[in-house]
Amino acid sequence: MLTRISTYFYQRQRLVLFLLLAPPLLYMLVVYLGSLFSLLINSFYSIDDFSGMLIREFTLKTYGQIFSPANREIFLRTASMALSVTFASALIAFPLAYYIAKFAPPRLKTWLLIGVTIPLWSSYLVRVYAWKLILAKEGILSWFINLLHLNGPLDWLLSFENIGGSSLALSPIGMFIVFVYIWLPYMIIPIQTALERVPGSLVEASGDLGAKPLQTFRTVILPLSFPGVIAGSIFTFSLTMGDFIIPLAIGNSKFFIGQAVYSYQGTGGNVPLAAAMTMGPVVIMIVYLLIARKLGAFDAL
Amino acid sequence: MPSNTSSRPKASLGLTLAAFGTLLFLHVPMWIIFLYTFTPDETTYKFPLPGFTTKWFGIALQRADLWRSLTLSLQVAAIATFIALILGTLAAAAVYRSKFFGRESISFLLVLPIALPGIVTGIALRSAIGGLDIPFSFWTIVIGHATFCVVVVYNNVLARFRRTSATMIEASMDLGANSFQTFRHVVLPNIATALLAGGMLAFALSFDEVIVTTFTAGQQTTLPIWIFSQLSRPRDRPVTNVVATFVILITFIPIFIAQKISADASDTEGDSK
Repeated sequence: MLTRISTYFYQRQRLVLFLLLAPPLLYMLVVYLGSLFSLLINSFYSIDDFSGMLIREFTLKTYGQIFSPANREIFLRTASMALSVTFASALIAFPLAYYIAKFAPPRLKTWLLIGVTIPLWSSYLVRVYAWKLILAKEGILSWFINLLHLNGPLDWLLSFENIGGSSLALSPIGMFIVFVYIWLPYMIIPIQTALERVPGSLVEASGDLGAKPLQTFRTVILPLSFPGVIAGSIFTFSLTMGDFIIPLAIGNSKFFIGQAVYSYQGTGGNVPLAAAMTMGPVVIMIVYLLIARKLGAFDAL
Repeated sequence: MPSNTSSRPKASLGLTLAAFGTLLFLHVPMWIIFLYTFTPDETTYKFPLPGFTTKWFGIALQRADLWRSLTLSLQVAAIATFIALILGTLAAAAVYRSKFFGRESISFLLVLPIALPGIVTGIALRSAIGGLDIPFSFWTIVIGHATFCVVVVYNNVLARFRRTSATMIEASMDLGANSFQTFRHVVLPNIATALLAGGMLAFALSFDEVIVTTFTAGQQTTLPIWIFSQLSRPRDRPVTNVVATFVILITFIPIFIAQKISADASDTEGDSK
């Protein structure tokens, strides 16, 4: 009996394919894309200014509100934070990724990779919480800075209007450190994967043709690892842009996109505005993903 | 630069220091929470610690709200992982065994929930659930979590499928096994550890998720939501320290096992080359 069923399916590969694909596709299409679609629809609705009721009629009014000066500032603030976090992560991630891919002996390599992936998968919230302890005015970092007599430079850094604040825990600088810390593993892994694929023979050929190690690094290794950097930047950029936990826990009261969406939707009860606001990151990320795919970043994921 | 490929070049001191410095940067902050579980200080994060106490562990153990949140989080993670295991494996099998129109888009579709900012997934689900007048419940949390857990299982299982040679399956069929027997005796043992690794990572991902959960939960408080409330308005600092340490430990074990499995699997692959 089982054999007959088996033969039946074996002769109908298309049917098997359909049966395999249907459940996951259906789930993702209905639940996920369906939700995204409903979000899109909602962004074209609006809220009645007087009653606060949802008006289910097509309008571009809500999109108009996005471009208010206050919201424009939020977009700009979030985008510049996401960009600086991405650059800093790439810079900090590269040496470790390079070391793991090209220098570490096999046994050490396994452990280093585990050392990078454990923070990647361990609790995001707890890792943010750790920095609340560290950055607190009375906390361990202040104590350490005090020990090194570096209060002067720190206060000077904190005195800048756009990035400073009353303490590290309440400043964009603090937020920046936490973002880099949280998303760093997402950058290390793709760069390491890309570096791993740079053939040793190519590096040798470069050396044989007279390039100095630094030249080889700049003209061979760096360009070939670039898809990895792009792949990592997908995560650092996207995750920073949509995050509302870190700006809520660390940093001052100035809004980021995630926070704005969270409050419009929650306390504001304005789902259309929240929906329209998220369309910004969605469009940016989809364009980013398409470009990344063209640049071959998906192979490095 | 040495010309034989078997011995690796030595890293410069600067690179080695930078590499290990970065690794420390990734790990030290988590140990600091552990240190703080012993502080007697309830109102600030003062360092050096003003004393030493172990009483917070006992106090945290007796908090009924924490136990409820923990149970809820474990239940959600278990069911979301179960759904992800099934859907992820099916998708991986389909992509591995056949070429079909739109095959490349499957990965794209599956990776979207983690590539797009979590807040997008969260508010999208909320607008859909709200629009359909479905009450927010345990199940809306699970459905949300499953969407971003599928890709983790999918990636792990697909990677394993690609390392498994198709000839083994053909050989099994040639020797007279039917599809079910082949699946049971050849395919399943082959992907078992990949399922375990993917499942554990999916579990860790769900157990810890907060952004999507804030949008898909009703009155339910998962453990991450409890921690999140403490993050924005700290009321129980010492208890939060204990909970945070507990979460690190409980997620550490599955992650460590999953990573070890994946690392060993790619080692054996390297040997056979």
